[in-house]
Amino acid sequence: MTSSSNRARGLLVYLVIGTLFGFLITKGEVISWFRIQEMFRFQGFHMYGIFATALAVAIPSVLLIKKGKLRSLDGEPIVIPPKVLGRGIRYVVGGLLFGVGWALTGACPGPLFALLGAGIPAIGVAVISAILGTWSYGMLRSRLPH
Amino acid sequence: MIELVYRPWPWWVAGPLIGLFVPILLLLGNRLFGVSANLRHICAATLPSPTEYLRYDWKGKGGWNLAFAGGIVLGGFLAGYVFANPEPIAIAAATQADLSALGITDFEGLVPADLFAIEALSSLRGWIVLGLGGFLVGFGAAWAGGCTSGHGIAGLGDLQLPSLIAIASFFVGGIATTHLLLPLLF
Repeated sequence: MTSSSNRARGLLVYLVIGTLFGFLITKGEVISWFRIQEMFRFQGFHMYGIFATALAVAIPSVLLIKKGKLRSLDGEPIVIPPKVLGRGIRYVVGGLLFGVGWALTGACPGPLFALLGAGIPAIGVAVISAILGTWSYGMLRSRLPH
Repeated sequence: MIELVYRPWPWWVAGPLIGLFVPILLLLGNRLFGVSANLRHICAATLPSPTEYLRYDWKGKGGWNLAFAGGIVLGGFLAGYVFANPEPIAIAAATQADLSALGITDFEGLVPADLFAIEALSSLRGWIVLGLGGFLVGFGAAWAGGCTSGHGIAGLGDLQLPSLIAIASFFVGGIATTHLLLPLLF
């Protein structure tokens, strides 16, 4: 088999996994502006239940993968690059700005893509703005504290 | 039986399944779960990229993730359009009351038509919600080095302190916006 058809098959696998993820966050209502408002107002458990149970699965799985020194399907050792704390400014200030955007649009990046598929045309404005936001960060990056 | 596919899924079904994507992507190809990197890959692929941050082998580094994001769009189409839940989302009565007081009138569908219909873009409010909001999601996620999935699920899943700081900041920004900025906008 040629490497390009291998590559296409690899991408198809991620397309299918992404489709399952998009289906899941849509049926789980994670992409709903209403649910995000309910969360930021502490008036419902739904979103908190999602985060808590997602982490209840992710944390032990990652521990198991690390302790067991598991390898990925292609035989490579699994490495999770640690996030660099540095002065931590990027996490606080970048995080605050992200939070403002999250509350306004009711969508973080995953839901932005899912809402596009769900047939909400105006979300295209938010998706393009998010791309321009990331581009602007790239242009200002050397001048911003991290 | 058929109507089951239209129904929303409770948190105790959706949450654990979302958590599974972290080990699945690691085991499958040593990939770290995170959606916002795709915004950067799209920039690298489509926009002028005079800086190193935006100039790299996006196909090699991010091809898998762009395919994943394409899948999210498709999944959103299936779950949110083809098999859309016909009922309004069952949010708390208190939230419904608060949002009504703000002037939200439409509680059908995943998002309120008051803010997400095309007509909403004829008002400044519509542009603040979608344009400014979207911009800050992209700018903030890039600066913070990740979003709700990369920091909130994958980073916290790996017990990373920077991700804890990031997710706490996401919530402080979101709570402040909900209580201080939204009342001014409506």
